[in-house]
Amino acid sequence: MRLDELTRPDFPILERVVNGHPLVYLDSAASSQRPRTVIEAMSQYYARSHANVHRSIHTLGEEATELYEAARDRVQRFIGAQHREEVIFTRGTTDGLSLLAETIGRTLRAGDEVLITELEHHSNIVPWQLATRDRGAVLKAVPLGDDGTLDLGAFERLLTRRTRVVAFAHVSNVLGTINPVAGMCARARQAGAFSVVDGAQATPHLSLDMSALDCDFYAFSAHKMLGPTGLGVLYGRRKVLEALEPGRGALDCDFYAFSAHKMLGPTGLGVLYGRRKVLEALEPGRGGSEMIKEVWIDRAQWNDLPWRFEPGTPPIAEAVGLSAAIEYLEKLGMDAVAEHERALTRQTLEGLAAIPGVRVYGPPASEARGAVVAFSVEGLHPHDVAALLDAEGIAVRAGHHCAMPLMRRLGVVGTSRASFSVFNSPEEVRHLLAAVGELRTAL
Amino acid sequence: MSATQAARGPYSDVIRERWRRPRFRGELPGAGAVAEDVNPLCGDRVRLMLALEGERVSAARFVGDSCAICAASADVLAELVVGRSRAEALRVGAADLLAVLQADIRPTRMRCVTLPLSVLATALNGKR
Repeated sequence: MRLDELTRPDFPILERVVNGHPLVYLDSAASSQRPRTVIEAMSQYYARSHANVHRSIHTLGEEATELYEAARDRVQRFIGAQHREEVIFTRGTTDGLSLLAETIGRTLRAGDEVLITELEHHSNIVPWQLATRDRGAVLKAVPLGDDGTLDLGAFERLLTRRTRVVAFAHVSNVLGTINPVAGMCARARQAGAFSVVDGAQATPHLSLDMSALDCDFYAFSAHKMLGPTGLGVLYGRRKVLEALEPGRGALDCDFYAFSAHKMLGPTGLGVLYGRRKVLEALEPGRGGSEMIKEVWIDRAQWNDLPWRFEPGTPPIAEAVGLSAAIEYLEKLGMDAVAEHERALTRQTLEGLAAIPGVRVYGPPASEARGAVVAFSVEGLHPHDVAALLDAEGIAVRAGHHCAMPLMRRLGVVGTSRASFSVFNSPEEVRHLLAAVGELRTAL
Repeated sequence: MSATQAARGPYSDVIRERWRRPRFRGELPGAGAVAEDVNPLCGDRVRLMLALEGERVSAARFVGDSCAICAASADVLAELVVGRSRAEALRVGAADLLAVLQADIRPTRMRCVTLPLSVLATALNGKR
């Protein structure tokens, strides 16, 4: 049985009818959908076991802690991390990368360099801009070749003894390019730099093994891999993590913070109010609770790993949901997932390339690619493409995909992007191709 | 709204017509008030150029790289402000544009309609 035939009944959202058509969801690169097991694991958790973790000495507190820490163990196995302490729960990929940029950032000195690439998501650009800016450090980017892959010769030239961090995406969220992670991490280590990998677009699609990739850090989001929003994972090699101090400092009393989970709402959500003037003048900063072992008025001793980097009540239900998502993916088998999505990607690339006036971006179909296809239709703005496809029940993403430097490199304001998950079918791709074929006469 | 129009979503006949054959797209050399802005959500960019005779807008043109809704909105706005005083032009609002565009615009696309309005406000309030 084909993977989509097997999985479609598990995704309740696919029963939706949009604008009179059955939903064709081709936006999993932005956020995937959830199988019933994930939704049920989270509501079961809320209905039966919810309490705060780690410090609540009662049955529910213990159950919640057990479930939360079991999720960490499952993530450890799923990504092939050597130690459970190397798995840090965050609020998402952006949060994990920001945490790193803040933490490593305070150790940067004038003249140090951080090396990113031209194909990064804004989340792997802006935190490094903030980290380098005030310390006189320099941010550099590896250029992109015309074939949509990184210029590795330029990478070698840009990597010097001044380079402190090499930060790059495993899979491009626009082009689908799969970067040579293991090789780049090895070169970073030889140069004495931390390697930081943005894994947001890889974790739902590729079989992962941290010891084979041999990176120092690897960040990803639960909501892109059939799991809940509000939760991410930051993997860090234990040796490297142990040497780092938590980067998030004090709060400012011009702010007022509160949690949804203390007012009947979900975990993983909080509100931070700040006077606009104060907010505008300040850089982000955080800290407190689970990341601390002992506190005095003038100092604090940090907690052990991984909790040292998990301030505040963590997204517990979300961790339970992520655990269920991983279980679901593991049952399907990541090799089967990758194969299914490769077939859909190839079908889309070849189909779109055959439509007059349509341009596709990124490496050719014959190359290893992620499950995304960015394209443009001559004479149409990407947002109009997305809106016209939505009228056919087809959900695609359009715009700059949080990668404006890459858009500039491609010479476009934006693109439309179809992306795939386990439940997408060849019939849906045919539906997309037929609809795109009609677009040039639609406006 | 007709069934055909519902199927087209936000793309009314007016928007399609203005997108294909804009009346006010182009440069305006010697414009006395110029502004440009970007919609951070989608990267749409609109530049509005106004010629002023005293307090009155005597000519208007726009250029930009934007979706059909935003371009049609800018085109309609340029048409609406010509002949009006500065103060009158500033009173043109989203409702006036929507009345001409005759389209069913959902909240996610409203910024496409209103981007030209904020560009107009900058052009008329700010200095070149």
